[in-house]
Amino acid sequence: MRRRTLGGKVFRAMLWVAFGLFFLFPLYAMADFSTRNLISGGRTMQAWQNLIADEALYQSIVISLLLAGFTVVAMLLVLVPTMIWVRLRTPWAKGMVEFLCLLPLTIPALVIVVGLRNVYLWVTYFLGESALTLTFVYVVLVLPFAYRAIDAALAAIDLKTLAEAARSLGAGWATTILRVVVPNIWSGILSAAFISIAVVLGEYTIASLSGYQTLQVQIVQIGKTDGPTSVAASLAVLLFGFVLLLVLSLLTRGRRRATVENVVQPGVAA
Amino acid sequence: MLRRLRDALPLLPFLAVVVIFLIIPTVTVIVSAFFADGAFSLARIEALFSGTALAALWKSVLLSASTALIGAFLGAVLAWLIVSSPPTSMVRRAVISLCSVLAQFGGVALAFAFLATIGLNGVLTLWVQQVFGWNLAGSGWLYSLTGLILVYTYFQIPLMVIVFVPALEGLREQWREAAVSLGASTWRYWREVAVPLLTPAFLGSALLLFANAFAAYATAAALVSQGSPILPLLIRAALTSEVVLGQSGFAYALALEMIIVVAVVMVAYNALVRRTARWLR
Amino acid sequence: MTTGVAVELNELTRLYGSVKALDGLSLHIEPGELVALLGPSGCGKTTALRILAGLDEATSGTVSVGGKDVSNVPANKRDMGMVFQAYSLFPHLTVLDNVAFGLKMRGKAKSERMSQAADMLDLVGLSAHKHKYASELSGGQQQRVALARALAIQPRVLLLDEPLSALDAKVRAQLRDEIRRVQLEVGTTTLFVTHDQEEALAVADRVGVMSQGRLEQLAAPADLYANPATPFVAEFVGLNNKVPAQVSGGQAHLLGTSVPALEGSIAGPGLAMVRPESVTIVADSAGTSTISSVAFLGPISRVYAALADGSVISAQMASSQAKAFSPGDPVTVGVEPTGVLVVKDDAA
Repeated sequence: MRRRTLGGKVFRAMLWVAFGLFFLFPLYAMADFSTRNLISGGRTMQAWQNLIADEALYQSIVISLLLAGFTVVAMLLVLVPTMIWVRLRTPWAKGMVEFLCLLPLTIPALVIVVGLRNVYLWVTYFLGESALTLTFVYVVLVLPFAYRAIDAALAAIDLKTLAEAARSLGAGWATTILRVVVPNIWSGILSAAFISIAVVLGEYTIASLSGYQTLQVQIVQIGKTDGPTSVAASLAVLLFGFVLLLVLSLLTRGRRRATVENVVQPGVAA
Repeated sequence: MLRRLRDALPLLPFLAVVVIFLIIPTVTVIVSAFFADGAFSLARIEALFSGTALAALWKSVLLSASTALIGAFLGAVLAWLIVSSPPTSMVRRAVISLCSVLAQFGGVALAFAFLATIGLNGVLTLWVQQVFGWNLAGSGWLYSLTGLILVYTYFQIPLMVIVFVPALEGLREQWREAAVSLGASTWRYWREVAVPLLTPAFLGSALLLFANAFAAYATAAALVSQGSPILPLLIRAALTSEVVLGQSGFAYALALEMIIVVAVVMVAYNALVRRTARWLR
Repeated sequence: MTTGVAVELNELTRLYGSVKALDGLSLHIEPGELVALLGPSGCGKTTALRILAGLDEATSGTVSVGGKDVSNVPANKRDMGMVFQAYSLFPHLTVLDNVAFGLKMRGKAKSERMSQAADMLDLVGLSAHKHKYASELSGGQQQRVALARALAIQPRVLLLDEPLSALDAKVRAQLRDEIRRVQLEVGTTTLFVTHDQEEALAVADRVGVMSQGRLEQLAAPADLYANPATPFVAEFVGLNNKVPAQVSGGQAHLLGTSVPALEGSIAGPGLAMVRPESVTIVADSAGTSTISSVAFLGPISRVYAALADGSVISAQMASSQAKAFSPGDPVTVGVEPTGVLVVKDDAA
């Protein structure tokens, strides 16, 4: 128990206030700005209504949510079995897999999109023009965060024993993964899913420079003519993300201090 | 050996995704920087040394370095505030969640947050105009380098918090108590024990912030619709108009430049982080 | 090296909200003495140590060192050396720098610091590791460095907070003797906190058994073992059989014989706490007890016998004697004429 001096307490309180103002004021400003009636000076919810009323914006919201969902599913399907397999059967590949998963932290999204053109010629040839084809690139973008979250969860259980027990009782690989391992790494999977959703909903670089109309692209476009609506949409996304992560932190409460690391890792993907 | 390959087969889907959507684009960039019109040429690389390109590089470095330093110091302070609060308080959890969101979402949302605050019709601009008669947004400084520095700081500080809080938490209470029982005052404890232990983590985090700012695109793209003061925006210009400097594919060379800078910084970051991990487990 | 000073803890109370971590603890430690505080986790022993160190504040009560009240002296001015349970070495400093740290805080010149630190490392036998870092040492070596670091400042009091708990069993025994040897050589007044009774009995001049913030008994190890003052002490220290007995006139009647009842025993019917080594087993074809099993433990063995009423009693004897018994043999069970503590039988 350390004694807290009064001076110390006041100092800390002042710091909290200063930081609070700096971070919360722009958020308040967004709320104010997006509900301001520029003509008659009162409050209006028009900008927020546009989230549904404006056809283009609404479509882009739908697309982005779908994209987020697809990315999460694709990421889990690709990453979870791979990581389990590496731990159980090919431990010599662990270094390589880890390196590849953390590589997107070092290669800026901007670089990826520059080099992506040729690849996407083939992708659109096979799979069409929909923005949903961004799923593959997005899986790559979320790899570092998802990897760390799932890796931490896998490290916390005795995977080898669980898998061997299941197999010795007659379970096939699919059953073992789905019904034995996954329920035990649920917090890691949730973490990975939530972060992936956050990243996908906030992604702008690759979508805009590839010409797809996702939510963020639409926001910027609208922003040129209709400030309040863009601000409303941005605030909505921020609030959604905040709630998502708060729920996650509550769900994984009681974990050791690595919770912060499980939730988010630094990204070079703004 | 054959057995290893057979065992590695289930890894194919993962490898396929990574190779096609990460490795190939990166290699494309690196290779294309050295090729022009199908033949090996250093023309694109040479263009990197033109006035525009160098100016953009310099501005990017300036932006990244300044926001890294500001973000590192202020972020460390905020991290300390958080860590010295009770561990299970709601405030602490909410603040860390907020930091995660702000660091991750960055990009477009933050650009609009600042437009709403100190843009032409921003809430703060109008309020200050009413009360003090000053025009905060007049010169459009929000869209200049100074404006970008302010806005970037908004996501650099939370990023610093997320990266630095684990380091602060790794400072064991026993070290402080041992130092105190050996006669150290609070100041000496910080000087002789805490600061030396935290310095590699701090420097590493600052490097991470630098790389983060250097590679950031969305915020600047949302704020600055014309002109290309910094490197990422120059890449945008090169991509959307093939006529920049009369060289097509200039974007490849610019992207290569970006890879090199970020890679160098990340290598240094990893080296520092490894030392920290040993001490502050 | 140092002449020890006396330490006095007076009526220490420590409240956490409504929880009493310490409840009026009073303890006097003689100069140069090593007192061990023994008890289960949560009994308050570590709290007492930390209050003495100044790392925690008592709700009421005082602490005196060398006759002077130090209750209001900040921790970094109390001149006490402390060894923690684990991980207390500064990871960024070499072993030598760690040991010299306290001297640096006291403003000693570099050459002087280094030579004194080197002497300390000699004392604990780690001179060869002077320039290593904590991560390169084993747990036992780290604790020896921690000991050297605490002693380098020539403290008036040495405080040890479960210094062996984090170590392997074998290392624990070696280090325990090492600590005692060094302490005797240097002569510092020492408070040693542990939950391991073997440690406490082996190392201390006197042992204080604590429970729920209170001192149950403070006595020399042999005394504590032979004459426990309360049921808690009897249970906590050493092994016990609980044998139905009747107390009258200062004597406990059990197993067909009478032995002295220790002070603190109840009167009337109850359970006697009998140590296994005090139980006697004699082969007797007319005996009412039977051997149920024999456990070979190396130099000694434990022989379990079922009494007439069905309860099982354990006796400890040399393995050479235990060889004579096999499960099913009829025997007579008795008890040696040492004192026993008789406690209430809660199940009766």
